[in-house]
Amino acid sequence: MTKMDITEYFQLVFTDYTLRTITLGTAILGAVTGMLGSFAVLRKQSLLGDAISHAALPGIAIAFLITGAKDTNTLLLGALVSGLIGTFWIRGIVKKTHLKSDTALGLILSLFFGFGMLLLTFIQKQPNANQAGLDKYLFGQAATLVESDVWLMAIVTGLCLLVLLLFWKEFKLLLFDADYTKTLGFNTKFIDILITSFIVLAIVLGLQTVGVVLMSAMLLAPAAAARQWTNSLATMVFLAAIFGAFSGVFGTAISASQTNLSTGPVIVLVASVFVFFSFVFSPSRGLLFKQIRLIRNRRDLELHKTLAFMHNIAETHDDISHPHAIKLLNNFQGYTRKTLQKLVEKDYVELQANMWSLTKTGFETAANLYTKQTTEDE
Amino acid sequence: MDKKIAVKVDDLTVAYNYKPVLWDIDLEIPEGVLMAIVGPNGAGKSTLIKSILGILNPIAGSVAIYGKPYKKQRQLVAYVPQKGSVDWDFPTTALDVVMMGTYGSLGWIKRPRQKEKKAALEALEKVGMLAFKSRQISQLSGGQQQRIFLARALVQNASIYFMDEPFQGVDATTEIAIINILKELRKAGKTVIVVHHDLQTVPEYFDWVTFLNVKKIATGPVKDIFNDDNLTKTYGINYKVSIQE
Repeated sequence: MTKMDITEYFQLVFTDYTLRTITLGTAILGAVTGMLGSFAVLRKQSLLGDAISHAALPGIAIAFLITGAKDTNTLLLGALVSGLIGTFWIRGIVKKTHLKSDTALGLILSLFFGFGMLLLTFIQKQPNANQAGLDKYLFGQAATLVESDVWLMAIVTGLCLLVLLLFWKEFKLLLFDADYTKTLGFNTKFIDILITSFIVLAIVLGLQTVGVVLMSAMLLAPAAAARQWTNSLATMVFLAAIFGAFSGVFGTAISASQTNLSTGPVIVLVASVFVFFSFVFSPSRGLLFKQIRLIRNRRDLELHKTLAFMHNIAETHDDISHPHAIKLLNNFQGYTRKTLQKLVEKDYVELQANMWSLTKTGFETAANLYTKQTTEDE
Repeated sequence: MDKKIAVKVDDLTVAYNYKPVLWDIDLEIPEGVLMAIVGPNGAGKSTLIKSILGILNPIAGSVAIYGKPYKKQRQLVAYVPQKGSVDWDFPTTALDVVMMGTYGSLGWIKRPRQKEKKAALEALEKVGMLAFKSRQISQLSGGQQQRIFLARALVQNASIYFMDEPFQGVDATTEIAIINILKELRKAGKTVIVVHHDLQTVPEYFDWVTFLNVKKIATGPVKDIFNDDNLTKTYGINYKVSIQE
């Protein structure tokens, strides 16, 4: 693609056929992987996507060896078959052996990827002019998307949405508490296979655009970002779809407006920006606001401690507003000139020269500090 | 005994890999008892419950709920899993978790409606958690999470309740609240089966007890069989509880 301005891109996206196709494709792909990724993340199967995408590689190579053609749909069908085989092997290994699921995932991932690479190099050494370009499935090449690919993605996404809406309650139940789901009479195996199959399908559809190596980021990044903003499953899935779609659009826009920027990696980087932003700036779970809350709480505590200390001293006198030297506070850590100033602002304390005295409100506030908790427990 | 048998287990044997976890268990639980299952760690207490509920597949044996196979009697049974068995950071609210108790009677695809929501709110009130209905579940204390699990089972309106260590990691207030609810269930004629760890409270809380250590050691009324002899047989050491005091 030639170099253009990013605003130029947004004008062209509605008129230019190729650009529109690629943008639509990456947006739909981002939405469907974001949606399904939420389920993978919540099931603590974050690495499943990585294993599936790597497991799909030998399928692509074998499909090419059998048909000798580079038809996308044929190759993706091969990817689907070997992706599914890999997935069910993982399930089998976890079920039948003592191995933990991360071990099973790693094992299948490297085994299938190794085999796929072997086949790929074998194919490349063959005297056949047709074999070039098969390695685009490693890192993806969005520019090869055509309208029929986008239609396929749209159909799968539509189907996925329909299934999600129909079995929403069952999915949620299984994600939260699989054993309990069983006791209620639901066939957990069916629900599990249904959702896993859709994850495999979405990953396979993304191979052409993002590639084997980076595909799992499409699954994880939007979901991880979405989790930071909400405590509702429905909102999380919705947000993940939105983040995924935007990653697709912005990624395509950025890579289209520069020369020599491959689309797949840019999409993944944009998705990572969403993750970074969410981890820092989310109001309830973000690092920034957590830190701010922490500092604010500490300051409040310092204030309360100083006030309580003053209260203790004042109690030894008949007159609660008996003036005391500031020096008295010096051996106490909570005291700083700032906290004292704040207490004056709140009208809890009066300062005169180097003497402080508690006001009536200050005395009462101090007496009632942290007694609420104890009365609640009684 | 002329009382109806709520749960009947015959020759139940369960194994993980090669080693049997439960060996040849025969058990009859009469209707309307509040029963504790006690035994050391690894005795198979949770496994027994999970096998009865069909979560685990036994190698041999059968389970009957009121004389019929479990699969046909599912709606009579409710389950409270161990609190630690789920991820409490899951994005959902207390009310939503309790609503899950209605999913079984709803069946596939059907969504919960006003009627189900009302039942869930009532259950939340029963366990004293109504004020927390919109709270994200990770922001609940351990005791509150346990109450939520109890409420979810109550919504099922079952006849038999299986609970896996409902008193684990809860404070005294919650423990008393839970046991009061269990006693109320018994009063209403329900059967309650509880995996329990605190031997001191067995005589106070329960009227029926099963001693388990891979094999069934004894089962029956607390006042008849909760003695040093059975405790020693179950725990392998010379056990003395002064239950008379």
